Amino acid sequence: MDPVYYIYLATILFSIGAVGVLVRRNAIIVFMSVELMLNAANLVFVAFARMNGNLDGQTVAFFVMVVAAAEVVVGLAIIVQVFRTRQSASIDEPNLLKY
Amino acid sequence: MTIDGELVVFIICGGLTVIGALGMVLSRKAVHSALFIAMVMINLAILYVANSAPFLGMVQIIVYTGAVMMLFLFVLMVVGVDSSDSLIETIRGQRLFGILFGVALAVLLAGGIGTALTDKGDVGLDAANQEFGGNVEGIANLIFSDFLFAFQATAALLITAGLGAVILTHREAWKPKVTQKELSVARFMVGAGHPGNKPNPGVYARHNAVNTPAILPDGSLSLDSVPEPVRSRDDSLIIDHRVVSTVVELVEGEDQN
Amino acid sequence: MTVMPAEGLFSLMWLLIALPLAGAAILLFTGRRSNSWGPYLGVLSVCASAVLGVLLLIEMMGLPTEERAITQVVYQWVFVGDFTVDLAFQLDQLSMVFILLITIVGSLIHIYSLGYMSHDPDKRKFFGYLNLFVAAMLLLVMANNYLLLYVGWEGVGLASYLLIGFWQHKRTAAAAAKKAFIINRIGDVGLSLAIMLMFVTFGSVTFSDVFGSATQASEGTLTAIGLLLLLAAAGKSAQFPLQAWLLDAMEGPTPVSALIHAATMVTAGVYLIARSNVIYNNAEWAAMAVIVVALITIFMGAIIGSAKDDIKKALAGSTMSQIGYMMLAVGLGPIGYVFAIFHLVTHGVFKAGLFLGAGSVMHGMDDNVNMRRYGALRSVMVITFITFMAGYLAIIGIPPFSGFWSKDEIIHAAFERGWFIGGAAVLAAGITGFYMTRMVAMTFFGKKRWESDVHPHESSAVMTIPLIILGLGSTFLGMALLFWGDIKSWLEPVVGYESEPTPLPTTAYIGITLIVVIAGALIGWISYARREVPVDAPSGNWLTRAARRDLYGDAVNHALVVAPTNYAARALVWCDARAIDGFVNGSAAVVGGLSGRLRRTQSGFIRSYALSMVGGAVLVLLALLLVRI
Repeated sequence: MDPVYYIYLATILFSIGAVGVLVRRNAIIVFMSVELMLNAANLVFVAFARMNGNLDGQTVAFFVMVVAAAEVVVGLAIIVQVFRTRQSASIDEPNLLKY
Repeated sequence: MTIDGELVVFIICGGLTVIGALGMVLSRKAVHSALFIAMVMINLAILYVANSAPFLGMVQIIVYTGAVMMLFLFVLMVVGVDSSDSLIETIRGQRLFGILFGVALAVLLAGGIGTALTDKGDVGLDAANQEFGGNVEGIANLIFSDFLFAFQATAALLITAGLGAVILTHREAWKPKVTQKELSVARFMVGAGHPGNKPNPGVYARHNAVNTPAILPDGSLSLDSVPEPVRSRDDSLIIDHRVVSTVVELVEGEDQN
Repeated sequence: MTVMPAEGLFSLMWLLIALPLAGAAILLFTGRRSNSWGPYLGVLSVCASAVLGVLLLIEMMGLPTEERAITQVVYQWVFVGDFTVDLAFQLDQLSMVFILLITIVGSLIHIYSLGYMSHDPDKRKFFGYLNLFVAAMLLLVMANNYLLLYVGWEGVGLASYLLIGFWQHKRTAAAAAKKAFIINRIGDVGLSLAIMLMFVTFGSVTFSDVFGSATQASEGTLTAIGLLLLLAAAGKSAQFPLQAWLLDAMEGPTPVSALIHAATMVTAGVYLIARSNVIYNNAEWAAMAVIVVALITIFMGAIIGSAKDDIKKALAGSTMSQIGYMMLAVGLGPIGYVFAIFHLVTHGVFKAGLFLGAGSVMHGMDDNVNMRRYGALRSVMVITFITFMAGYLAIIGIPPFSGFWSKDEIIHAAFERGWFIGGAAVLAAGITGFYMTRMVAMTFFGKKRWESDVHPHESSAVMTIPLIILGLGSTFLGMALLFWGDIKSWLEPVVGYESEPTPLPTTAYIGITLIVVIAGALIGWISYARREVPVDAPSGNWLTRAARRDLYGDAVNHALVVAPTNYAARALVWCDARAIDGFVNGSAAVVGGLSGRLRRTQSGFIRSYALSMVGGAVLVLLALLLVRI
């Protein structure tokens, strides 16, 4: 099987993630969409590692996971904090930085 | 195109990831979204394994599905399970252009990268894995040699992120903690309300369900006997007016006697 | 004409200007501290100048005729390359005459003002301005070059402006001051252009250089300079077409009208043309233009003077007319220069006397200037009446009063040029007889037409003594200058003199003139002394109505200058507001509007920003792929 199908799958997942970021207002779901996009990127790394016969791609995917874990921790902490002050998890609420 | 095992796995798991991803974006309830994305993660882990990355597949399940997704669910519980989105879009054109750009992105990425990479060979990782005796060993070799500095930097990053999360969610205690003794004293203070147990629901009533208020000896209803969450729901109180009138008659009869 | 350096007493000639200038500086800069003694200092400084002037005259009369032009260089003023202008004075017979006129008449008017302005709270300022005027006027007549003359010219304009508007709380006075200043400015432009033209043509603006090389310049250039100088003279001397300011200038205090707008400043134009005689002698058309302007002004002034009921405005019309005579004389060329100056001096004296007399009458009549409210004042104000009569007889030219000698000479010179000019001069003399008789009859004769609460009285000695001196001057100055002073040969070295034959003997012209004058006076007497003068002015014929409105001078100015300027200004304002401001404001509004729209994109919604990011990514991808393909 041509591994390029994984690339197609990854682009589809990435685009769905992007659309999720754009259309959903619940901060947690937006965050999940970001995770989905990261996973799509990871899939590409893994597929490229296989196509090139080189483990570097897998290693980078591993680091992406680590960084994603750190990001999730901080991001969710921020969401909790925002929820505490504004009683809402909508990302349209914190819009003070406007005209 | 020959049908091989990997293709079957790809079709099944790939299809499930796409369905999961779409479900994640489309479901109204955040909990459903979380479950959908967990499904995506698991299927991706299978695809990693199919791509001869068994280590990453395991890490994916342990870290993502196990840790990250549970963290998501935990936060969802904190924020509120039922905080479902209103489906009405408030920003004009956001949904239309979002979907438009998303489709454009998919088409362009797939078209551009896909055409560039189709039939560019499939070296496979067997040789690379064999070099150090396995996939995990190969990755370990890279992490502790070429990527050593990045690895140590991620350690610092994780520590910093953990500390950051603690600081972000920490709330300063402005008052000393109230002790049990002080609470008891406060309970018996004048004006603090009824110090004893609240009446059980259903006393003198036909039902003893939790949403049936007790009837006090003088015939009046005691709303304190119904728990607050139940009381706050509309039309949830069951009041049997015949019982109330009977009690009133009894009370009046005793008075006459 | 050789110019001698200043020696002996003549080295003090700068003091003539410095004394009143110092007086002005002290009075104007010390402020209220000098309120008590300031006016006396002002009078003293001018009197000192007058004494010095007389001493210089005696000194000059002792010199031989060809050495009477003396120059004193104070310092080098302008030096640019080859072009130098000195701050230098030239004292010759012509400027000597003017110095004496200015300082002596000025002194008398200063003394008179002590009485006239005694109750004015700003008396000190008034004397400061008067001193400033005297200094500027002396600078004008003593300058040895046109640039310094221009400084004096502007100085008198400034002093005139300040003094006309002295009672600036009166709107009319403030407006009159502005009007005088602005109309004078038109003339000043003529003078400055003339000076520039002289510099371009001769490379110098000194009198001696310009006159020395005048014959080498083309007649066209000289005509241009002459016409520009005529414009300047018309502005300063209230000649047609720049005559409109003089009548309004009577809003100033009466001593100002006497000194500035009768005796001295308004004659500066005559001085300018007489001083520039070499130019006019070589520019026939410019001289002709002077005559035309002069004749028009003589009749305008006389007609206006005949119709005005305001005594000062009637006198102002008469001043215009008399200066017209002087301009006529200078326009006639060498046959007239001497008599122009002669008439200028006698007119300066008798007109100052008439104005001060009018001031004395007004002082007694509670500042009422309407002659229809006067009448029968001859027994109440005896000294004023007698001195006024002396001035009256002088101005209409009855022998042996001073005006007779000077005006008769001008008329005679006019006949030397031709019948038409001479006849016009005689006719105007007849009108002079009419309007002056009218003034005298309305003021001093007839019945009392006073307002009920007016109690006329003779003025105090400080006012009557100058009147008496000026009255004596009106009576005897003409004879004195002509027979004892021999003004013809005195002025001849400076302005030149020649005589042309006339068809009739001189006595015939004197006779004709006298007959016409007496006829005019009789008409005036019959109309205004024999008949009842109505208190309310009758509507009169069209000429009277026109004359009351200054022969539509203001209307013409308004139609020709003011209204077009206003329209142009309004058009420019419109252009500025609509086109220029519109463009600027419009572009600002466009930028502002666009910014307002653009600002809306900063919605603060994270998802909007994310959308633009994704859109950008799509565009970048598209570009990459397009480049690849």
